[in-house]
Amino acid sequence: MAASTKQESKAITLKGSAELVTEFFGYGINNILYQRGVYPSDSFKREQFYDLTLFVCDNKELQDYLSKVLQQIKDWLEENTLQRIVMVISEVDTDEVKERWQFDIQKETTGKTEDNKGETSKPPPPKSKKDIQREMRDVIRQITASVTFLPLLDGQCAFDLLAYTSRDQDIPECWEESQARIIANSQEVRLRSFSTTVHKVDTMVSYKGDD
Amino acid sequence: MSQFSFQTEVNDLLRLDAPINKGPTPRWKRKAAERRSSTSTPLRNSSRLNSSKTPSRTPKSLKRTPGKPKTPSEDRFIPNRSAMNFEASYHKMITAGAENEENECTSPSKVEYKKNMAEKLGGNEPNARILAFKNKAPTPREGHLNDLRVLYSQNKTTSTSTKKNARHIPQVPERILDAPDLIDDYYLNLLDWSCNNHLAVALGGFVYLWNAASGDIVQLCQTTTPSCYVGAVSWIKEGNFLALGDSDGVVQLWDVEAQKRVRSMTGHEARVGCLSWNSYVLSSGSRSGAIHHHDVRVANHHVATLARHTQEVCGLKWSPDGKYLASGGNDNLLLIWDASVNTLNNTNTPLFTFNQHQAAVKALDWCPFQRNVLASGGGTADRHIRFWNVGSGNCLSSVDTHSQVCCILWSKEYKELVSSHGYAQNQLTVWKYPSMVKVTELTGHSCRVLHMAMSPDGQTVVSAAADETLRIWKCFASDPVKKKSKPNLTSSSLIRLGIR
Repeated sequence: MAASTKQESKAITLKGSAELVTEFFGYGINNILYQRGVYPSDSFKREQFYDLTLFVCDNKELQDYLSKVLQQIKDWLEENTLQRIVMVISEVDTDEVKERWQFDIQKETTGKTEDNKGETSKPPPPKSKKDIQREMRDVIRQITASVTFLPLLDGQCAFDLLAYTSRDQDIPECWEESQARIIANSQEVRLRSFSTTVHKVDTMVSYKGDD
Repeated sequence: MSQFSFQTEVNDLLRLDAPINKGPTPRWKRKAAERRSSTSTPLRNSSRLNSSKTPSRTPKSLKRTPGKPKTPSEDRFIPNRSAMNFEASYHKMITAGAENEENECTSPSKVEYKKNMAEKLGGNEPNARILAFKNKAPTPREGHLNDLRVLYSQNKTTSTSTKKNARHIPQVPERILDAPDLIDDYYLNLLDWSCNNHLAVALGGFVYLWNAASGDIVQLCQTTTPSCYVGAVSWIKEGNFLALGDSDGVVQLWDVEAQKRVRSMTGHEARVGCLSWNSYVLSSGSRSGAIHHHDVRVANHHVATLARHTQEVCGLKWSPDGKYLASGGNDNLLLIWDASVNTLNNTNTPLFTFNQHQAAVKALDWCPFQRNVLASGGGTADRHIRFWNVGSGNCLSSVDTHSQVCCILWSKEYKELVSSHGYAQNQLTVWKYPSMVKVTELTGHSCRVLHMAMSPDGQTVVSAAADETLRIWKCFASDPVKKKSKPNLTSSSLIRLGIR
C-alpha cells in the first residue's frame, strides 16, 4: 500500500487515465465536428484547453448526447473493456460514410505490478499530467491540420460514435450493436498517438478517396 | 506332303530369282541379327541412355561405366538431359512461378479485402463488439452549408487573381422585387434599364416601369387581348421612348412621359422576342426567323428585312458604334450583319456566320472597352461563352460555364462581365476578361435567371428569373479612390481647354 501511495504523486492511476482519455475524446470529437464543418460554426463556443483555444459545441441536444456517450466511455475505460472508438461522419441523405476517425485504445501495462509480486516487468517511467496533455494537444493540432488534406464534406452530414468493446461485456442500456461502417476503398492517414502510461491511443482517419 | 515341298523347291530353283532360303544365312543378315541382339544388352542400353543426346567427343569413354568420369570433364557441366524429366520440371517451374507471381501481386489487396471482409463480419475482433448509442446525435439544422466550402472553392482561382480582386462584391442582392407572371421563356427579352434610370419589365400582358431613383412603379400599358403578351422591351438610347414587341408580331413605340403609344408597327408574322436600337433604326427579331429594321422617323417604317435565321431570333444587339448587328437564333447560329450592307438592300448575306454554338444563342453583348469584340452565350446543350472578333471573324476564346447561359452583360467599370445561368445553381457569375477567371458567383435565385439589365451608372445589375423575382446586385460598385480621381481629371482637362 505504501508503495502505491508513494507512486501516486507521480504516476497515473487507471481512474485518472480514464478521465484524461475521456477528456481527450470530448475535445477531439468537438474539434472534428467544428473543423470538418459538420455543424454550423455559430453553434460552437470557445474554450481554453491544453494551451489551445478549442471550439466546443454550444448545442444543448448535442451536449447531452456527447456527455452520455463520454460517461459510458469513461466507465468502459475504467473497466479496461474498451478497444476502440470510431467516429463516423456520414451524409444524411444517402447514409454514405464519408469519414471515419478511429481511436485505437491499448492497455499499456496492467497498471498494478504489485499483483504478480515478482517485479520483473518494470513499469515505464511515469509521465506527468502535463506531458500527457502536451501529447494530447499535438494530436488535436493534427486533427485541426487535417482539414488541409481531407476532401470537402459536401452536403448535410451527421456523425455517429461506435465503441468496440470486449464481447464478454453486457450491452448497457440505451446501446445497441452496430455495423463497423467501413469505407470502401478509402485513404488512410495515421496521426500521432499519445499514451498516459496506462492507455495508449492511436488516432487514424480514413476518408473516401477521390478516384 | 513331301512331294509338294519338293515341287516348290524345284520351282524355286527353276525361277532362280526367288530368295534363297536354304544354305548358310548371308553375311548382311548375320550382321543385322547380331546388332539387334547386341542393342538389347543392358550395358549398351544404359550407356545409350546417358549419351543419347549429348554430343560427345569421346564415345569410347562412354562405353566404359558411366560412374567413373575422367577428371578433366569435371570442369564443365554437361547436363544429364535424359535424367531430367523435362516436361514435368518445366510444368512445375511454370506453375510455381505463376503461383509466386499471384501471391506477390494480389497479396496486399487480397489481404486488405480479407481484412475488410473479416472486419465486416466481425471476425477480425473476435472478442470485440461494436456498440453505438441508441439515441443518435442531433442532425445539423436544415440548409446548413459547410463553411469550409469557401476554403475549397477558393482553390479554383489562382492566388494572383484573388489578390487583384480586392473589390468586395456583396453576395446578397441589394433589393428583391416581385415580378408576378413573369413569363418563363428563354426566347424573350423582358427587361431593360433606361438612361433615365427607369427599369421596364414586361409581366405577361403588362409593362411596368420602376423608377430606380424614387422606387415608384407605374403601369405603362396593357395588351388589348388577354392572350397577347409582351415579348420584348427595349429603351431608345435617349431614354424617352420604349419599344415593345408583342406576341402578335406588332412592334409598338411608347412615349414614357406622356404614357402614350406613339406608333404601332406591323409586319412580323410571328411574335417579336428581341429588339435593339441603333439611333433611329429599331431592329426587331421574330419567331419566324426574320429580322426587320424599322426607321421610326418615317411613315414607311419597314426599311429592311434580314432573313437568314431559320428559327426564332432570340438575341439581337447593335454594336456601340452602330456598325454591326449581332443576331442569335434558335438555329444555333450567331450572325454578324454589317450596317452599311443592310442599307444597300443586299440583305441576305451576313458579314459572318458563326456556327460554333451547340444551342440557341440568346446571350449577346458587345465589349464596351474593346472594339469589335462580342461575347455570346449558348443554351443548355452548349453552355459556352464565346468571344468573337467581328473585325476578323475569329473566335478569341471560349469557356465552358457548366450551365445554360441566359444573359451576358459587360461591366462599364471593370474589365469584367457578368453572365446569368440556369440549372443547377441559377447563379450570376462575374468573370474577369480576358483571363475568364471567376471573380464571384451570386446565388439566390431559385429558378433560371432569364434576363439582366445594367443601371445607367454601370454599378448595379438587375436580374429577372423564372422564380418571378427581380434581384438587384451591386456587383460593379465603383472604386471610391478612382471616383475621386476622375472629377480631377475632367476639371484639369476643362482648364486646359479654357487656356486654349
